[in-house]
Amino acid sequence: MRLSRSLRAAALAAAIGLSAALPAHADEQFFPLQSYRVGPYAAGGTGFFGGFIDYLNLINIRDGGVGGVKLAWEEGETQYEVERGVEVYDRLKNHPGVAAWNPLSVGIAYAMIDRITKDKVPLITINHGRTDSTDGRVFPYVFPLLLNPYSETSGIVNYIASREGGADKLKSKKIVVLYHGSPYGKETIPIYKLLADKYGFSLEQIEVPHPGNEQQSQWLSIRRAKPDYVVLRGWGVMNPVALKTAQKVGFPVDHIIGNVWSNSEEDVIPAGDAAKGYVAITTQASGAEYPVLQEIIKTVYGQGKGNLDDKKRIGSVYHNLGIVNGILNVEAIRIAQRKFGQRTLTGDEVRWGFEHLQLDPARVQALGAKGLFHSINVTWDNHEGDGRVTFQQWDGTKWKVVSDWIAPDWAFLRPIIEKSAAAYAAEHNTKVRTSDETPVSQ
Amino acid sequence: MFDYQFFIEVLVGGLLSGVMYSLVAIGFVLIYKTSGVLNFAQGAMLLFAALTFVSLAERGVPFWLALGTTLVIMVALGVAIERTVLRPLVNQSPMTLFMATLGLSYVIEGAAQLLWGTQVHGLNLGIDDVPFELGGVLISQFDLFAAAIAGALVTAFALFFRFTRTGLAFRAVADDQFAALAIGLRLPRVWAAVWTAAGIVALVAGLLWGARLGVQFSLSLVVLKALPVLVLGGFDSVTGAIVGGVLIGAIEKLAEVYVGPFFGGGIEAWAAYVVALGFLLVRPSGLFGQKLVERV
Repeated sequence: MRLSRSLRAAALAAAIGLSAALPAHADEQFFPLQSYRVGPYAAGGTGFFGGFIDYLNLINIRDGGVGGVKLAWEEGETQYEVERGVEVYDRLKNHPGVAAWNPLSVGIAYAMIDRITKDKVPLITINHGRTDSTDGRVFPYVFPLLLNPYSETSGIVNYIASREGGADKLKSKKIVVLYHGSPYGKETIPIYKLLADKYGFSLEQIEVPHPGNEQQSQWLSIRRAKPDYVVLRGWGVMNPVALKTAQKVGFPVDHIIGNVWSNSEEDVIPAGDAAKGYVAITTQASGAEYPVLQEIIKTVYGQGKGNLDDKKRIGSVYHNLGIVNGILNVEAIRIAQRKFGQRTLTGDEVRWGFEHLQLDPARVQALGAKGLFHSINVTWDNHEGDGRVTFQQWDGTKWKVVSDWIAPDWAFLRPIIEKSAAAYAAEHNTKVRTSDETPVSQ
Repeated sequence: MFDYQFFIEVLVGGLLSGVMYSLVAIGFVLIYKTSGVLNFAQGAMLLFAALTFVSLAERGVPFWLALGTTLVIMVALGVAIERTVLRPLVNQSPMTLFMATLGLSYVIEGAAQLLWGTQVHGLNLGIDDVPFELGGVLISQFDLFAAAIAGALVTAFALFFRFTRTGLAFRAVADDQFAALAIGLRLPRVWAAVWTAAGIVALVAGLLWGARLGVQFSLSLVVLKALPVLVLGGFDSVTGAIVGGVLIGAIEKLAEVYVGPFFGGGIEAWAAYVVALGFLLVRPSGLFGQKLVERV
């Protein structure tokens, strides 16, 4: 059954591939999708890109597009590999009406920064990417929307402080950070040190070699260190193995705090009972009770156009992240259309839209996403947009939100980000913008 | 002061982890021993077996029926590999055969995802991974269970090789393929049986590793754990796979805890390969591997 569906999907993909060679419709805004539906990270890829496409479909079916401009997309399979991601970029970059790139891959995003800057098309790295790309003065086309790795770190420490009764209580605490042995995993090492100095907690950071399918020695070291909390900065198989090994050495699971790439159903289900009580950060709540999800179920899945094969995954962490990503992309286009007109926009015009992407809680509610995510306030020099985080706890079958929306310590982080961005600008001889009055390419 | 109890805990944990590596290594050894092929597809077979089992179980198939069905599928897969890949490549160089298994691993991984989807699955074998304390040292029940299964598997293979006609044929082919042919053994039939046996090992290892990691694509990466084990123990010795496995397990854990801090941590993955490389220089055939003697 799945085989025939896969064959149909392959035939459809071939047909879509052929149609890409044809000129785009005049009133279409195009999203090239560097998706990954096979390979080791397919579970995350199918959820995220499924949610993104579901939202684009909702806008097309319900509203007839954005301001009368239909949304179109084409997928190119990357298997999460950088070379394939760049290949897809080269293949689709000349398609008319490209709005933005959304690879959901740190490696692919890094490889694209110079290219998209030259082509003047925004690159969206929701919840991930280079921390210093938050500085829009240096990275005009890169948008680590909602959360960058440093904000995530600060959000986690603030959450631990709230559990302990205030930041002053952190002084007597010990935190171990268990991180994936990759550039992604190591990126937050310096910021944890700075936060440990600031709040006075003792800190130990332990590396788990990729892929992380053996962690006995690391967890025995943790057991000996007797920390109050372990922050899990994992990826893929490292996450369930961490939870299982923690159980094996008797570490309490509710004192393990997962980061944003350790927060999905795929991270906890394989760990079984060992994951019950585990807490993880997120920018978007899971669950299908939000009005926008209900509309997607009714309108998109009701017409048989839903993207997920397994409807049980509707409302899962990655699916909801894809939906929130869809909301942010669509709203950026809507905002840009108000300035440039209701037509197919250039990538640079969409970039302007992202730089004015301000969705307060009232607007988020109007979009049917109250409780799904908090708000965003992107400006020309702040491309993250001050996203709030919340914490969810796994009860064995589903995630349950256990905190308020928490603000990271942006004032503390901003000078560090600016320093790093300035170093990048000097190294790459990049002109630093001094205002938002940059001419927009039309 | 040196913490002996902690040292023993790390050592025991490493030895038990090593048993899990041995389970994967045994699959390699079986095929290499009888056909001289380093089967890089062993990890993919392990993934395929575990994914098939868990997908059947999640569709409501009872445990033993799912196990039996998966076993039949793995036997069919082993026979199919012999027919479609190995037989046409008979008398080709070892490198050609190795590349064929490399390609095969991608085909099996792709087929597994095509058939059963890309979702991650939990696998509960009914064995709690809650530790118990023995003399102040925490020991995992699941690891002990895995060690018992590995022990049973090795015993079964030892009896099979010693007391059954097919087992004796395996040994004959392993000793000298041409001599085995000369006395009337049918090599294709023996190879098909060997690939079937490797499929059974893949099923056992897949279930145990799947219960530990979850059944997901990265299961196929456990082959990387088996390679230093094979170098240390020898590519053609089941005993070597066991001894090599527990040694590598212990070495990498002790290295991570006691040497790792001098290198910033995260060394256990490559520490095992450093040991294997050093061993290759001193004893290329491994601890229990057959020394190659050639007449010139």
